[in-house]
Amino acid sequence: MGKRFWPWLWFLLGASYFLVPLYATFDFSLRARRGELTFAAYANVLRDIKFVESFSFSLQTALATIVVSALVIVPTAYWVQLRLPRLRPVVEFFTLLPFVVPAVVLVFSLARTYSRTPLTDSREGLWVLLVGSYVVLSFPYMYRAVDTGLRSINIHDLTEAAQSLGAGWPTILMRVIFPNVYVSLLSGAFITFAIVMGEFTIAALLAQPAFGPYMNLLASSKVYEPSALAIISFGLTWAAIAAIQWIGQGTQARLVGPR
Amino acid sequence: MALLTRTKTGQPFSRRRGVSWRWLGVVPFFAFVAAFLIWPTLSIIGQSFLDQQRNLTLQNILQLGQPFIVAAYVYSLQLSAVTALGGGLLGGLLAYAVTIGGLPRPLRSAVMSFSGVASNFAGVPLAFAFIATLGQLGIVTQWLRSVGVNLYPAFSLYSFWGLSIVYIYFQIPLMVLIMAPALEGMRREWREASESLGASTRQFWRYVGLPILLPSILGTMVLLFGNAFGAHATAFQLTGGGSQGNVVTILIGAQISSDALSNPGLGNALALGMIVIMGVTIGLYTWLQRRSARWLRS
Repeated sequence: MGKRFWPWLWFLLGASYFLVPLYATFDFSLRARRGELTFAAYANVLRDIKFVESFSFSLQTALATIVVSALVIVPTAYWVQLRLPRLRPVVEFFTLLPFVVPAVVLVFSLARTYSRTPLTDSREGLWVLLVGSYVVLSFPYMYRAVDTGLRSINIHDLTEAAQSLGAGWPTILMRVIFPNVYVSLLSGAFITFAIVMGEFTIAALLAQPAFGPYMNLLASSKVYEPSALAIISFGLTWAAIAAIQWIGQGTQARLVGPR
Repeated sequence: MALLTRTKTGQPFSRRRGVSWRWLGVVPFFAFVAAFLIWPTLSIIGQSFLDQQRNLTLQNILQLGQPFIVAAYVYSLQLSAVTALGGGLLGGLLAYAVTIGGLPRPLRSAVMSFSGVASNFAGVPLAFAFIATLGQLGIVTQWLRSVGVNLYPAFSLYSFWGLSIVYIYFQIPLMVLIMAPALEGMRREWREASESLGASTRQFWRYVGLPILLPSILGTMVLLFGNAFGAHATAFQLTGGGSQGNVVTILIGAQISSDALSNPGLGNALALGMIVIMGVTIGLYTWLQRRSARWLRS
């Protein structure tokens, strides 16, 4: 028995827990036709108009979430570091609250609180609620990413330099701060993207035609297509995380936080 | 309005004379959090102490004592505890193996990258993956049958243990992501010091390693507990979210869709119970994190 026996055993155990379900899902997704291995299930999914619609709906929602989240978080993180450093723990605390309030409680509270207002009575209103809750969910990742990014540049000097050249706050934010935290912002954005694309609870309970609810519905009528969707969804998450690690190379940006 | 009072009350930051307008810079953030998180949550908490005529009452809280609700809470708590322990153990051992266990370096980065993906791979697609693996027609189920082991009907993916196996899939990577840096924070000098004093490997772990890591391990497991307790989509996909739904999150979700029929006060109280448990969990996690920060450089 070698010296590394136990570490190898734990590694193999963990690796098989990770990989066996993925392999099985992939294998299963290829069995749409009896007696042959085929990508027919994938073709069926990709041809489905509802797939295209729900996927692009979630894509738009994810982009809207990222834009709103960035517009809220970058100025806040900048201002807190520049002028209100003592407020930092408070802001951090509020960004972490989504971990205390689970998604299902959040959507329940929103639906109850804003019932019989334009926010729940119209299609557009519900979408605003959806994006709003996703933005809140993205705060922990976005804030940490941007805060770390801001700390690696000298915002005091940059701000003074810009001011001495006559720049106002909007110019400083848009032309000095945003470009400098671009990389950190991207890593927060990709993790937000991964979360929003697969999110089911909030979208389903707000009756939104998103990708998560579409996947859920498909399972009641199809056998092999859901596993094809699971592989597609895994690939999407993998691509988003790979993008974070790729852009994070050589910078301080790291994969932020749990989940 | 409620949005403004939030920021005004938390505003002790102008030391100099005269009114400071600096806090205006954080108004958008706090307004957003207030509108989409704080205000709705607080209003639900408040309403769980009000009856339909808006009189103060404890009736809603008392209604949580109904057998099916108690059963759901117990089920959720057990599921979270089992998967926190199972995922914590497997994830902790995996993190140990690839950090200080002496396995080749590339395995460490592979496991860390994969954990980043897998911890985000939950909900509906994860349920699909396990149906294809351990469902009645699943690949592993069929393979086991071909070697003479029949999982069904003794086992079901839709049972407590089935659900636990699925949850552990997203618990392991979370444990790995948090524990790997903590394990790497263990200083080589501690090992060397104990070895030079004649301690065996077992003694090192028993008297030095584990006591140092314990707050960190427990803290992360508490976080895993909360992670499972708040999970909804995975359980919904597997159990179908029927009214006999055995997880608390599914009961709450069902309260939204069946608004007209059900008792609104009960839904509020259910949500309150959930927030209280999550609050205690995260509080405990924060406390344990602080304790572990004393020894480990992260």
